[in-house]
Amino acid sequence: MRLRKSHSVLPGFRLAMGFTLVYLALVVLVPLSTLFWKSATLGASGFWQAVSAPRVVASYKLTFGASLVAAVTNGVFGFVVTWVLVRYRFPGRRLMDALVDFPFALPTAVAGITLTTLYAPNGWLGAPLEKLGIKVAFTPLGITLALTFIGLPFVVRTLQPVLESLDPEAEEAAASLGASRFQTIVRVVLPALFPAWITGFALAFARALGEYGSVVFIAGNMPMKTEITPLLIITKLEQYDYAGATAIAAVTLVASFVLLLTINRLQSWGARLGRAE
Amino acid sequence: MSTPATREPRIVRLLLTATALSFLTLFLVVPLVAVFAQALEKGWAAYADALLEPMALSALRLTLLTAAIAVPLNVVFGVAAAWAIAKFDFPGKDALVTLIDLPFAVSPVVSGMVFILLFGRQGVLGPWAEALGLKLVFSVPGLVLATLFVTFPFVARELIPLMQAAGTEDEEAARVLGASGWQTFRRVTLPNIKWGLLYGVILCNARAMGEFGAVSVVSGHIRGKTNTLPLHVEILYNEYNFQAAFAVASLLAFLALVTLVAKSLVEWRAASEHASHAEDPHVD
Repeated sequence: MRLRKSHSVLPGFRLAMGFTLVYLALVVLVPLSTLFWKSATLGASGFWQAVSAPRVVASYKLTFGASLVAAVTNGVFGFVVTWVLVRYRFPGRRLMDALVDFPFALPTAVAGITLTTLYAPNGWLGAPLEKLGIKVAFTPLGITLALTFIGLPFVVRTLQPVLESLDPEAEEAAASLGASRFQTIVRVVLPALFPAWITGFALAFARALGEYGSVVFIAGNMPMKTEITPLLIITKLEQYDYAGATAIAAVTLVASFVLLLTINRLQSWGARLGRAE
Repeated sequence: MSTPATREPRIVRLLLTATALSFLTLFLVVPLVAVFAQALEKGWAAYADALLEPMALSALRLTLLTAAIAVPLNVVFGVAAAWAIAKFDFPGKDALVTLIDLPFAVSPVVSGMVFILLFGRQGVLGPWAEALGLKLVFSVPGLVLATLFVTFPFVARELIPLMQAAGTEDEEAARVLGASGWQTFRRVTLPNIKWGLLYGVILCNARAMGEFGAVSVVSGHIRGKTNTLPLHVEILYNEYNFQAAFAVASLLAFLALVTLVAKSLVEWRAASEHASHAEDPHVD
């Protein structure tokens, strides 16, 4: 307790904390709570009808499925990219490393129109794929592609610092005890990377669930087929169906809260593992 | 350097590198090249026309205005939040940190929508706003509010871990030696966090200028009035004016590249400063 008291040597706690709480309440908490307040006025049956209509359920399935596939793709390729960027040396490595953040920095609308133009039937990549009988733009495949693009930095950037700080002695010890390189990676390296990897995966998945700008152009937006949940919310708002939009938004918000809490747990698990080593 | 027993066989290394480079080229390099190629498809004159057109200029002005309001406010908040969280102990700290992260978890569409539910005509505070003659949605204030919301965590998130790692001893020493609170912050805390702060500002600004989903919902798409650059891109694209859409988009892609370069510079400066500190026996 004595240590805590010594903290009061520093000034500004009341001012900083007061401002933080007021600003947090005004900018984030009050606006978000409106959503739950409005949902409550719908009544249980009205709410259920709004969130379980076939068109809405179809949009959940599409959004969830495409986000999952995109996050798994990033989980696999993001791992390979991180490994190569951290462990190997080749020309252009620094440039590629810096470019990994491009999807973070690029406005989603720009990503959306660019991917759509590339993968449209007459696009640079769309035309050759069309000849092979693969349609990308305006299909669920196109949606998955856009979600893979925007999720790309998450796995790499959560995995990279952990892989960089991994002590090479553990790998050397495994090798000197007769483990093959493959055994060393599977038994020694992968377990140490797992918490960061799953955190990156969850971050990419969470981002994909709510994504709008990069998807809306390439999706085609056909009800029941290629309509993602965020777009459905906008459609309802534009039709002045505020009740319907609110109910669906509340469902997505709860889903993102659950994911956020899961990610926080994963991160503190990773931090504990890191300390334990 | 690592010994051969802790490296993969050459063929595996080549295959992995080729896979990673192909993936990055397909997802990052090709789209980046495509933006500028499409923008210049009809030559430089058409490119300049698309950027100098009055609607594009008014969209640019609004984007700059929105960022000029949202970024400083979130910087002040980020510094205050990081100071309170990193330098003091209080119950509920973890919960507060989670709440600060909240806007990252919310879909941009929902982020914009809550302001319509709050201030729209049927909104909770709608009648009150109307009575005061305030038009807070489908207007510039609505755009600013939505931008504030989506860029809320950036600066705080960069600063909290940095200030926590720095501890409180330096500041305590400054106080004991008679520095005022403001002097302590400016002379002791700020030099420790300046690169992280700069990086937070850069990220916050990139998102503020590039936000699409949230501002799309609150803007009402009034051309020349409530269109930011990303919304202008959408309008041009939906009008099949692809070249002009990509010309404006190339400005935003350029901003993204500037952000990446700035990030690399900040990381490089922070690393070299860290290294020079480590070499100096008096510090650390």
